[in-house]
Amino acid sequence: MEIGFLVLAFERPAIDWHAIAPEIVLLSVGGLITLLDIVFLERIRPYTAALSGLGLLATAIPLLTLAIDGVDRVMFGGAYVIDDFALVMKALFLLAGYVVVLLSTNYVAEGDYWENEYYGLLLASLMGMVMMASSRDLISVFVALELLSIPAYLMVAWRKRDPRSNEAGLKYYLMGVFASAVMLYGMSLLFGVSGTTILAEIGDAIGNDSGSVAAVTLGIVFVIAGFGFKVSAAPFHTWAPDVYEGAPTPVTAFLSVASKAAGFVALLALLFVGFYSRADVWEPLVWVLAAGSMTIGNLVALRQTNIVRLMAYSGVAQTGFMIAPLAVAGHSVATGDQALSATVTYLMIYAAMNLGAFAVIITLARRTGSAEISSYSGAFHYAPGLTLAMTVFLFSLAGIPPLGGWFAKFEVFRVLATAGEPWGYALAVVAAVNSVVALYYYAAIARRMWADEAPDGDLSPVPVTPSLVSALALCGIVTLVFGVAPQAVARFTDVSLLALGG
Amino acid sequence: MENLLDGWGLTVATFSPLMGAAVMFLTPKDREDRHRLIALATSLWVAFVSVLVLIRFEIGASDRLQFVVDKNWIEAIHSRYVVGVDGISLPLLLLTVLVVPLCIIYSWNHFPEPRNPKAFLILILVLETGMIGTFVAQDLVLFFVFFEVVLLPMFFMIAVWGGPNRRYASLKFFLFTLFGSALMLVSFLALFFLTGAESFVFTELADNVVANAVSHTAQLWIFGGMFLGFGIKVPMFPFHTWLPDAHTEAPTVGSVILAAVLLKLGTYGFVRIAIPILPDAAVQWAPWIGLLAVVGIIYGALACLAQTDMKRLIAFSSVAHMGFVMLGIATLTDFGINAAIMGMVAHGLITGMLFFLAGSVKERYHTLEINRLGGLLVQAPRLGWIFGFCAMASLGLPGLAGFWGEFPAILSAYSPANGVPVETFRTFMVIAALGTVLAAGYLLWLLQRAAFGNPTEEFAGDPNIVDTTRPEWIAWAPMLALILAIGIYPNLVFGVTDRAVDASLTPCLTVDVDGLDHGEVDALACSSVYNLGDSDHEPNDHENDHAATEG
Repeated sequence: MEIGFLVLAFERPAIDWHAIAPEIVLLSVGGLITLLDIVFLERIRPYTAALSGLGLLATAIPLLTLAIDGVDRVMFGGAYVIDDFALVMKALFLLAGYVVVLLSTNYVAEGDYWENEYYGLLLASLMGMVMMASSRDLISVFVALELLSIPAYLMVAWRKRDPRSNEAGLKYYLMGVFASAVMLYGMSLLFGVSGTTILAEIGDAIGNDSGSVAAVTLGIVFVIAGFGFKVSAAPFHTWAPDVYEGAPTPVTAFLSVASKAAGFVALLALLFVGFYSRADVWEPLVWVLAAGSMTIGNLVALRQTNIVRLMAYSGVAQTGFMIAPLAVAGHSVATGDQALSATVTYLMIYAAMNLGAFAVIITLARRTGSAEISSYSGAFHYAPGLTLAMTVFLFSLAGIPPLGGWFAKFEVFRVLATAGEPWGYALAVVAAVNSVVALYYYAAIARRMWADEAPDGDLSPVPVTPSLVSALALCGIVTLVFGVAPQAVARFTDVSLLALGG
Repeated sequence: MENLLDGWGLTVATFSPLMGAAVMFLTPKDREDRHRLIALATSLWVAFVSVLVLIRFEIGASDRLQFVVDKNWIEAIHSRYVVGVDGISLPLLLLTVLVVPLCIIYSWNHFPEPRNPKAFLILILVLETGMIGTFVAQDLVLFFVFFEVVLLPMFFMIAVWGGPNRRYASLKFFLFTLFGSALMLVSFLALFFLTGAESFVFTELADNVVANAVSHTAQLWIFGGMFLGFGIKVPMFPFHTWLPDAHTEAPTVGSVILAAVLLKLGTYGFVRIAIPILPDAAVQWAPWIGLLAVVGIIYGALACLAQTDMKRLIAFSSVAHMGFVMLGIATLTDFGINAAIMGMVAHGLITGMLFFLAGSVKERYHTLEINRLGGLLVQAPRLGWIFGFCAMASLGLPGLAGFWGEFPAILSAYSPANGVPVETFRTFMVIAALGTVLAAGYLLWLLQRAAFGNPTEEFAGDPNIVDTTRPEWIAWAPMLALILAIGIYPNLVFGVTDRAVDASLTPCLTVDVDGLDHGEVDALACSSVYNLGDSDHEPNDHENDHAATEG
């Protein structure tokens, strides 16, 4: 009798082991690295980077089998979902993580930093991102968010003998926790109104409920504001420049691509699955965030003299472009799907070109030890290959065909025009003007590298390493292929969340 | 062989330069002779393929797209890889493939500082791909991509190999053109959405604009976006300010390509895209385009008179000449647009030559300040005579190509298309005619100061000042011959373009209302902007339009 009662009380939910195989592999590798560190201490150091890189690639295998299988898998009552969107984003996180490992390999080893722990934390953060891609429930979203954020706070402060890095870590931590708190408050409001944490059910509840407009609006605004911090959208971007500058550069690359993408994944899931029925509430908010991020990011970027700070502000501007299609996503379900595809496309292409740009920054810093833009003068004379690569990445970020970035921007413009709303066109014009402003600072860097003289006439070559070259080649090829044959990216990003949630 | 050409001719012509650039990329930097050979061979191969295309081209059916290839490209956005040539694109395509090898020959022995022939020639080849692609693309997205591809190599050409003020000029060029094309892209997308077309192919969009009755206001806005994109590229007054800077700072070859081909991308855009797809909006915009065109003509000419630098003077003369081209386009008549295409070809050849000459003068005198020059005819007689020949061609001397660009464009303004205010354009015609007088003025004055008289003390007996060299002859002879040949027999161009231009214009623009009765006019189903219905009141309507435009 007693035993029977217990069985009734706890029934293990059905777990689809295949569906969570990527998470399990990733977790195992992360655990393995921690264990090896405990057992072998410093002797394992030379191998952890390779091990974590291989681990990330190994994680991609179950992802591939899931993709080939092609069935949407729903677990835990709709809280955890494996669909095309989740798979594509997981693949993005793993690849971006792999490139970050390549970027970190020499940086961390040569900088005399703790190495085993670094990769353990990196994998933990990636674990949070991979989970985030599947989360369709307020609680799992929040858990994934904290899992990806807390290791990132530590990694930002990794250069612990440099006060700037400590400052960056503290700032990022305080801002991040504050944002989490705001978001959590918003979530509690939404839970209060709808009585559920499953996003799809929240969507139904707040769509039908006309009584608690104020609470729903506040809830949505707080949640979006919270993720605004994560994706560094203006006016929630103020942490980004200081943190980017203080953090170790590979971590900056990680934050600016993977962490931002993770914020977007959650934002997309929330907006499309949870809040789609209340698009009237969030569309204007998103419009302002998009226009503000583009304009503020670009205008401030014009005045930067440090390349990493410049990339921070340019990242804010790029965020504006990524959010922009969402401002018309509520127009119709078809437009919503296109907006989702446009944002995902942008995230994919942005990951390649931005990581590429950081790869060049890290490589050049090995020679000059500086992140000042003035130190880039005349790079063409001693590092023609790197200069060419940087040119490709910068002009891709600016959106010049035939480099990948043009298609990302094109998709944004297309969605804004497709909605056929005056607000959409207005945002498209803002975006068009902004892409010209952005070109100014991107092109100015390229021009400095090509046309200026090297300071002191020093023409010694840049010391490159195999892992940096691989990272550069990977990002460069992807950037070019996506630009010349956009179909290559478009077929992966043709995903939908509305069929499921709306 | 012929099937091969039909299926692959244009694609090969477009992408061969890119292949050549890739080969050069993999060749070590210090093998300069090899780089030059690869570049020249590639560009000659492209020219050869294009000549084959010309031979196979059915002149009698130049209104039809030929050598069409239609393949899927980006399915997700319904953009297709569609290329083809008709009578409008063919002359410009041939101009491009002619100018590029000549530029490579011209730079054979003297690459501008900081040399680096590898990078310089790679940029020229990439530029060639962009230019050819723009002229053969028949899909808006494809067109846009090629239109933008051109920017990067030109930016670097100016920024790295340019004059002392190159940093400013290169970025200005880039920002101006990108600003226009960004808004143009929004226009393209709005057009695609509003027409509900299944693809971005030009002809399909044009059909859909009519079929789906896109609202008139929307058409006007969309045309406005295209106007910015193409008008900045042309460049039309008041967007021309990037041009003198870019030309002055660019290396010789860069200036030549800029003048000969790049500026034509803008005017070509009007003729190929803006007007055929949105004829109604074009009618409403025409007076304003015409106004800016004649302002450009006069302003450019006056600015020329004030210049002290030879290259800058030629740059401003480009503004004036492109004003004639735009005036021809603004009439929206078969006659005017034919004249405009002739103007593009003639300007490409003549101004290209003038920039070559300016480069050669600069190389000998190390200055282009007109006051310090003089006596070119004494010190380098052949160079001086070629210079005189080109100046004459540029000012529109009958018998040379420039005449056929300028004169018919002015003439066409006498009777613009239906719906375009006649009186306004006749006024423009008079002003434009005055512009030709000014053109004669500044060119002859330039010739007088630079070529006549005796050498200044500074350069008398300077051993650097030699007469035309062999690479110069090889590079220039084809262009000089063409200037003369087209001047004597303009049908070389008109014969190819005429049918295509006629086909690109809607009958509403060109129909002669007097010869038709009401039923026939109604059958054309033209919108009210053409003022067709009541031909009796036509003069009054035009006066009203005129007054409205003036106001």
